[in-house]
Amino acid sequence: MTRDVAIIGQGMTKFQEHWDRGVRELAAEAITEALQDATISHEQVQALFVGSMGRFGGQEHIGALVADYTGLTPIPATRVEAGCACGALAMRSAFLAVLSGLYDIVVACGVEKMTDLTDSGDLISALGAASDQEWELQAGLTFPAVYALMARAHMAKYGTTKEQLAMVSAKNHKNAVNNPKAHFRREFTIQQILQAKMVCAPLGLLDCSPVSDGAAAIVIADSEIAETHECPVWIRGSGHASDTIALQDRPTITNIPAAQVAARKAYEYAEISPDEVDVAEIHDNFTIGELMGLEDLGFVPEGQGGIATEAGETQIEGGKLPVNTSGGLKARGNPIGATGIAQAIEIMLQLRDNAGKRQVEDVEVGLTHSIGGSGATAIVTLLSSKRR
Amino acid sequence: MQVGIVGYGVYIPKFRIKVHEIARVWNEDGETMAKGLGVSEVSVPDLDEDTTTIAVEAARNAIKQSGIDPRKIGALYVGSESHPYAVNPTASTVAEAISAGPGDFTCADLEFACKAGTAGIQMCMGMVAAGQIEYGVAIGSDCAQGRPGDALEYSASAGACALILGQKGIIAEIEGTYSYSTDTPDFFRREGENFPSHGSRFTGKPAYFRHVLNGATGLMTKLGLTVEDFDYACFHSPNGKFPIIAANTLKIPFEKVEPSLVVRAIGNTYSASAMLSMARLLDICEPDQRILMVAYGSGAGSDAFSLKTTDLLLEKRDQVPKVDDYVNNKVYIDYAIYAKHRGKILDMT
Repeated sequence: MTRDVAIIGQGMTKFQEHWDRGVRELAAEAITEALQDATISHEQVQALFVGSMGRFGGQEHIGALVADYTGLTPIPATRVEAGCACGALAMRSAFLAVLSGLYDIVVACGVEKMTDLTDSGDLISALGAASDQEWELQAGLTFPAVYALMARAHMAKYGTTKEQLAMVSAKNHKNAVNNPKAHFRREFTIQQILQAKMVCAPLGLLDCSPVSDGAAAIVIADSEIAETHECPVWIRGSGHASDTIALQDRPTITNIPAAQVAARKAYEYAEISPDEVDVAEIHDNFTIGELMGLEDLGFVPEGQGGIATEAGETQIEGGKLPVNTSGGLKARGNPIGATGIAQAIEIMLQLRDNAGKRQVEDVEVGLTHSIGGSGATAIVTLLSSKRR
Repeated sequence: MQVGIVGYGVYIPKFRIKVHEIARVWNEDGETMAKGLGVSEVSVPDLDEDTTTIAVEAARNAIKQSGIDPRKIGALYVGSESHPYAVNPTASTVAEAISAGPGDFTCADLEFACKAGTAGIQMCMGMVAAGQIEYGVAIGSDCAQGRPGDALEYSASAGACALILGQKGIIAEIEGTYSYSTDTPDFFRREGENFPSHGSRFTGKPAYFRHVLNGATGLMTKLGLTVEDFDYACFHSPNGKFPIIAANTLKIPFEKVEPSLVVRAIGNTYSASAMLSMARLLDICEPDQRILMVAYGSGAGSDAFSLKTTDLLLEKRDQVPKVDDYVNNKVYIDYAIYAKHRGKILDMT
């Protein structure tokens, strides 16, 4: 593969309850901002990939909808979906499109409007669509319960504690205070997190990412165009793997094998090793997700995600590898389709030295880790300010 | 033309169920629920009480306090979301019970979620000011229902407040009113349904707060008043938190709102909520003080009023039981008795 591909622009809405806006307005805002950041006109965009689960409103055909309302027609517009990894899949699809040589400038957008679903039963069903409908959801296993099982298994096998889970949440909330686009910009103490209302033991309310609305978009271009830009962020590696949809069919539930496969593929493609990664956005839809991610991505030894977090290794201040400087899914918010793109945007800001008070020093390589369902999809992306 | 409140009366049924007790049934943590809602217990009507009977109690108190001849009442309106009949007026039953009418007398039932009662105030204001009637009665009365296990079950309660409006013997002048109304479906109940549906978090910022805050600021602009001109404020209280947040946002000091928070002890009395809160303020305030009242009704709209008390308030208000008298007259029941009173027990035979 000789064609190099970079992200040349980014834009996102604030992640919050957007009572007065729907999918079309949110996506249009994010894409418009991204095109402006990339100094690219609408006419120059050649294809659009939109990541969105869409189940929260019933609107399908979202690719066309977004192209329509953003003024991008008649370019090809495709909606992609992979549970909670929609956004990352949109980014990968755009990457592949440019890599193929058929397109030079492609927009990847993630968007989700979740707050039209106000009945908790409907919300649980919609969220559960990322797991196995027949063998998990209809059997009574809600999505938080799936991750609660993984958390319990991890705690039983490795001695991970509830306090260590809470530390993930506390750290991410603290980081989000400095992220103007974050849903929740307030800190929580470990005590508050431990005392929060139980959702599905051992996961409490503050272990679970929130329901948010929002959109995020990036402009992806080939090297010729990227080199004319000041700060292109190169997509050095992209790994995508699948696994069993149902948790019970996996050989292990204390880690996400698909993430390990995707990570390996990304590292190999990029010829980058885990210890060269300076900053990472890890999929913390539930706090246990960040701990397992640290292990699956090869940042810490197996089972040591909790210990590493407790030792402060993932903090911005004095951390070996700052994780979720944006606030993560927990505090930045989790409009499902938009999350994977928002992760990439945070890494971009870090690489461009644009992360304000969240800035990590000397960042050259960043990683995003996005999981669909309980691990049936994993997409790992390596980004760098250096082309090779 | 000065129009004002000539007399007011309230009624709150004596039964109470604690939020902790409701929580026990649904396997929730009572402490968390009570703290989160800012409500500790809610009032429950007796087996033979309903919106009509409690409206009558409140109206009787108002008549007695005002000292007027009920035959001089020209109009009577009952606002509620729990009228006992879909078709058959509550108002005419209440009217007969207090000897209003039958001649040269109009009455009707009103609906607009929790601001049906205050809508009646606005109607009576106009009729009195126009000289069409001598006295008008506006009543907010509800025996609210919450779906079993739903969040609203913890706050829905029962209560009534009746205001007599006129031009003679005013104890609180109504300086003006301002309403803010939009099509916002935050809370609704279809014909035939037992329990309402609601939009959860949608009932907050885009519903309650949008309309209450616009109502308050609109009123102040209309009357050339600022927050500092008011001695007290009261707001529709779906729980013990929203009115406090509304006051905070408007920069009204907590001390000016706190005495109105009857909701903490009896829950959300729906159409009576804002009016009962105001009644409590009238129970304790001094003459020549200004009160802001903002009612809110889902669907959605707000009615805001500015009231100025007179010396007559002190002469009249001790004649009938006050809000606190009803609040403190209570008997606790458990969920089983509560369910029986509220008709929530199914006949399975």
